[in-house]
Amino acid sequence: MQIITGSISLGLLWSIMTIGVYITFRILDIADMTVEGTIAMGAAIAAQAIINGMDPYAATALAMAGGMLAGLITGLLHTKLKIPALLSGILTMIALYSINLKILGKANLSLLRADNVFTVFENLGLSAANATIVIGLICAIITVIILYWFFKTELGCSVRACGKNPGMTRAQGVNTNNMIILGLVISNALVAVSGALIAQNQCFADIQMGIGSIVIGLASVIIGEVLYSRQHLMSKLIALVLGAVTYRIIIALVLKMGMSPNNLKLFTAVTVAIALALPVIKTKLHPVKISIEEDV
Amino acid sequence: MLDINGVYKVFLPGTVNEKIVLRNVCLKLDEGDFATLIGSNGAGKSTLLNCIAGVHSPDKGIIKINGVDVTKAIEYKRAYLLGRVFQDPMMGTVSNMSIGENIAFAVRRGQKRTLKQCITNTERDKYRELLKILNLGLEDRLNTSAGLLSGGQRQALTFLMATVKKPKLLLLDEHTAALDPATAEKILNLSHEIIKENNLTTLMVTHNMRDAIKHGNRLIMMHEGRIVLDIKGQEKQRLTVDNLLKRFGKASGAEFESDRALLY
Repeated sequence: MQIITGSISLGLLWSIMTIGVYITFRILDIADMTVEGTIAMGAAIAAQAIINGMDPYAATALAMAGGMLAGLITGLLHTKLKIPALLSGILTMIALYSINLKILGKANLSLLRADNVFTVFENLGLSAANATIVIGLICAIITVIILYWFFKTELGCSVRACGKNPGMTRAQGVNTNNMIILGLVISNALVAVSGALIAQNQCFADIQMGIGSIVIGLASVIIGEVLYSRQHLMSKLIALVLGAVTYRIIIALVLKMGMSPNNLKLFTAVTVAIALALPVIKTKLHPVKISIEEDV
Repeated sequence: MLDINGVYKVFLPGTVNEKIVLRNVCLKLDEGDFATLIGSNGAGKSTLLNCIAGVHSPDKGIIKINGVDVTKAIEYKRAYLLGRVFQDPMMGTVSNMSIGENIAFAVRRGQKRTLKQCITNTERDKYRELLKILNLGLEDRLNTSAGLLSGGQRQALTFLMATVKKPKLLLLDEHTAALDPATAEKILNLSHEIIKENNLTTLMVTHNMRDAIKHGNRLIMMHEGRIVLDIKGQEKQRLTVDNLLKRFGKASGAEFESDRALLY
């Protein structure tokens, strides 16, 4: 039971980041590596701000602003300087490593004695795990509702169109560069918020936090799509939250079954590779048979 | 309506593969003109269309649409003047947006995109009526993803989207070439009707001589980057394929590359 509540609470915090990854990976059709730096950046900003006496909610908002800036830089590198999207993200990610070290001042910053966003609910008598679930759920619901609304606006439709069919989008008079930047800004804002919440939940911010996070995000996106997603946009967004939670539950179960935590990243990477390769594997296993006899 | 003056376009300038694709192209379309543009492969038809649309920018010359000099305007900034239908049926619509959202997206061509709803309920009713013109039953499928439509349906929808907000100039780039002959003819007849009804100034690229002769009030033929024929009015109406081939030979001093154009 404890494992399940722990997985749900952690999954909800990571679901914000999963939605961010979905925006770049599925809607913009870009694999944005920036998130590896942004998640640690969100954690670093929030941790340092809280230690310096800032209100935890304001600190989380500040982390969000930091994420937006990171997304903006990747967007400018890609659209204005024409650097390929993947490389733009990697450049920002690497740059952020140094910046995050500067923000943290050292490799690891403890938040043990500081108030955080969960304290308010813990003071109301909730257990730590339940307080995390409440906050995680509130954040996930707000994110899903706002994004659902946004992607149904003229601007949101333009972002969606730009990822799917940039030529046509320009033919309709939309500046596709701005839409890519906007998508990256929103995505990284969410990732940074996720990082800020995770840091407050685990009571420390760590420079290494981001490593492999893009793969965790992708794994959650794919699990969500395969298990829960339907045609409707709202169901797609909710599926992402469920996917992030399911990923955490799977990981907890695998660890419980005795897998060494050292193998965790290998496990996740292999899972994502298999999931992404599924369409190819399917056609190899079941080639489309054309029966000529029947046709005649 | 369209005024092209002395346009040159060179691909890969300064290399061994340098190719002058457009040479001193001058073309004037009056309001309501429906011109078909024909020529063999590599004649420069698509490049000319892309220069008008802003996909390429010409190396020399001036392009004016509706009196506005757009020579240097990038693609999305001149989009408000143009309606475009592409050769590839996948190019004209957004596959993961519904039919209704696609039309609403096109209706807002050239407008600033705001945080208002991308499609309102009054619009939905309007678009249902609009889709009836196509006679494809799409009016009952407003919430269906455009990606689920067939090539012909998508091309018909794209045509509707290109003309729903009346463009100053309609550019059709072999928009029936990727369809089977029966569907192609249906789409072409539909195009003809909508263009006539709205009196749209149109430039239609085609590979098919018969279509080029049958439709429109002007026929323009390109060869090696130049406009070699511009036939209009009565003369255009009397035109036959044989006649056109002869005139092409005279004007260009070459045989028309006949493999594709005549087979239809």
